[in-house]
Amino acid sequence: MNRFRSLLGGLLGWEFSLIILVGAALLIGGLLSPDFLTGSNISFLTANFSEVALMALAMTLLIIVGEIDLSVASILGLCSAVIGILFAAGVPMPLAILAAFVTGGLAGLFNGLLVTRLGLPSLAVTIGTLALYRGLAYVLLGDRAIAEFPAFYTNLGFGNVPGTLIPLPMALFAVLAILTIIVLHATPFGRSLYAIGANQIAARFAGLQVERVKLSLFVLSGLMAALASAVYTFRFASARADNASGFELSVIAAVLLGGVSIFGGRGSVVGTVAAVFLIGIINGALTILDVSNEILTIVTGLLLIGSVLVPNLLTHFRTYQQRRRIKGDSVIQ
Amino acid sequence: MTELQNMQPQTIQPLLSLSHASKSFGPVQALSDVSIDLFPGEAHALLGENGAGKSTFVKILAGVHRREGGSLTVAGKSADFHSPGEATAAGIAIIYQEPTLFPDLSVAENVLMGRQPRAGLGRIDTRAMNARVTELLRELGVALDPSRPVRGLSIADQQLVEIAKALSLNANVLIMDEPTAALTLSETDRLFRVVRALRERGAAVLFITHRLEEVFAECQRVTVMRDGTWVSTGPISDYDTDLVVKQMVGRELGDLYPRGEMTLGEVALSVRNLSQPKMFSDISFEVRRGEIVALAGLVGAGRSEVARAIFGIDPRSGGEVRIGDAVIQPNSTRAAMSAGLGLVPEDRRQQGLVMDLSIERNANLAILNRLTGGLLMNRKAEAENAQNWTSKLQLKAHRLSDPVSSLSGGNQQKVVLAKWLSTNPSVLIVDEPTRGVDVGAKAEVHKTLAELAASGLAVLMISSDLPEVLGMADRILVMREGQLVGELSRAEANEEAVMYLATGQRAWAKQAGAA
Repeated sequence: MNRFRSLLGGLLGWEFSLIILVGAALLIGGLLSPDFLTGSNISFLTANFSEVALMALAMTLLIIVGEIDLSVASILGLCSAVIGILFAAGVPMPLAILAAFVTGGLAGLFNGLLVTRLGLPSLAVTIGTLALYRGLAYVLLGDRAIAEFPAFYTNLGFGNVPGTLIPLPMALFAVLAILTIIVLHATPFGRSLYAIGANQIAARFAGLQVERVKLSLFVLSGLMAALASAVYTFRFASARADNASGFELSVIAAVLLGGVSIFGGRGSVVGTVAAVFLIGIINGALTILDVSNEILTIVTGLLLIGSVLVPNLLTHFRTYQQRRRIKGDSVIQ
Repeated sequence: MTELQNMQPQTIQPLLSLSHASKSFGPVQALSDVSIDLFPGEAHALLGENGAGKSTFVKILAGVHRREGGSLTVAGKSADFHSPGEATAAGIAIIYQEPTLFPDLSVAENVLMGRQPRAGLGRIDTRAMNARVTELLRELGVALDPSRPVRGLSIADQQLVEIAKALSLNANVLIMDEPTAALTLSETDRLFRVVRALRERGAAVLFITHRLEEVFAECQRVTVMRDGTWVSTGPISDYDTDLVVKQMVGRELGDLYPRGEMTLGEVALSVRNLSQPKMFSDISFEVRRGEIVALAGLVGAGRSEVARAIFGIDPRSGGEVRIGDAVIQPNSTRAAMSAGLGLVPEDRRQQGLVMDLSIERNANLAILNRLTGGLLMNRKAEAENAQNWTSKLQLKAHRLSDPVSSLSGGNQQKVVLAKWLSTNPSVLIVDEPTRGVDVGAKAEVHKTLAELAASGLAVLMISSDLPEVLGMADRILVMREGQLVGELSRAEANEEAVMYLATGQRAWAKQAGAA
């Protein structure tokens, strides 16, 4: 109980405010449209952001160690193309999916090697591979769309957990989110991520294997994109090179809005999960109100800016308060 | 004996006189009823442990904080500073430990910032500016090119730029906040020559330093503070190290260098022909269990580089490192650590600690994998390990969940020590273990090192603090320009012998004797 309480104590604050906001967004949506708070609508709209949600989990860890992966949506597109082209060539679906995971893992490995071996900034590297991986997807599939997947797989994409309205991808997300929470907040690996993100020099001097940890997270990010690609491909029953184009913005918006510091060293999975839901629900509410796609994009953009701005302001405010509180101690050297 | 010590301070007017000043921040009384007089031509040491209120005191004189109560007189006139600008205008200049200059502007522009001489059309008259600054630097007896950019200057040179700036503002009260903390011995020596030149011009210099030997060599009067209050003021001849330390700490400190008899065990660390191009070459030595070996030398001699290469953080091109029986491969911090090596690095804030994390997280950082039950962290084991080591090292902190950045330098260093002692090392390398640490914490760190050695730890201590090297080490290895140039036993070691090896010059020994 004590463990639970101290864990909870650390999470309250920004995360708690987000959860309140999720509730408020649901309520407002319900007031705006009677169709909004129905089980089937909620089910549909949560399924709608499952790919973003999955990729946001790995992105949370990456941003906590002070790196970023802008190429996730392109990896998703590439993996989707791999599934499509292999299936169209007659490869059994399980093997095609396996190939997508291999592709995603290799794409993440390539990002990670460029960052950790050559010391390049991940922002630049993954902007490059954002274009590269999407380009490869077009090389594989061109403008074609591969559809006609077996019903078993497409059902996995848009089906619900039997007897409930919980979409299967969301159930998968829930399991992985809990795993990520445990890894980040209760394992040696998770402890090391915060140390690396806050000061990688000191982390190295404490014997932490900074490069190896970062490399593993880039690979994880690629694997999560591959998983998201399977979900996306089956949910829409369509493998296309431009699948999930632009999703990286939503993923990063969710992570930053979730309170993860863009400078690394700070953040939690609970924050990311709450932010994923908040963004998804706002988008869903606007969709049900027939707000145009352009406006949706504008809202996502504003949330991204807000998500960097607000926590920043909060941090400033907190440091200011802290300074006032400990000024006496700290100025006496 | 200078004239000042013989004359009656009452007969001449002080340049600056602060009396009965107090300052509180919320409920914290940082300073209460402190007084000081600064006379022309004196170097006055302000001594106190971290937390004694010295910085608050300086900030009041600098116009950063407003004093509560009391009076301030500068050059005979009553003064009350509302801003740093007013203090500067009254002739008070502060030289901080790490100067804040504009790196891309020239030395001359930094000195005359905002007051550059003008040529036609409002352009800066570079020639007149450089000439003026050359003149100022000559008065200080310093050879610096006024037209070069500040970027790339050593901290020592940057301080001199600040001093030249103070001089150009006709400052006659200079306050130096730990000016020598980051300087090499020769740079320190040059700084003190400049200080003497300033005093001869009639300026008063207020020194804040942790290095007592500098105080006794360079200062005429001393003021000691403790816990925000004034303890004593008097001519230097009334004090000795023991008295100063006792007044600063408020109790008998015991021995500052508590090195007892040692019992040598087997070889714990053996380094053979260690080399790294442009850093160091052919370094060989051994450290036995129970032994404290100092690695002395000037800053830049390659001592820290050797330590980092042994630890595997930095590469090495050749040579062999053994810890106990294990041969340690290059670039493998992991292997070095699991063989029993720990490294307390020189830069506490950058290398030693993750400042944003808590005391507990920092103390446990090197043994995360051992504080688990199965795959998950064991919160109880985490708390116990941190608690165990921080209490053994007498860490002063409110809660172990507080960020490590809230601690004083000495307590931060104890957290770094706790981190490494929890790995249960057989060899510990400590790089500048007491830099920027006040005298009370310094004595505690020394005591800890001596106890650890007595219990069989092999300690390799890198230090630029000569009294520390002489007081703590059983053997002293001296490096110069990347080479190991000599070894001194405890019996042979003295300041001159170490400095002769470190500099390769007898001439230094003379200066050291004078300083």
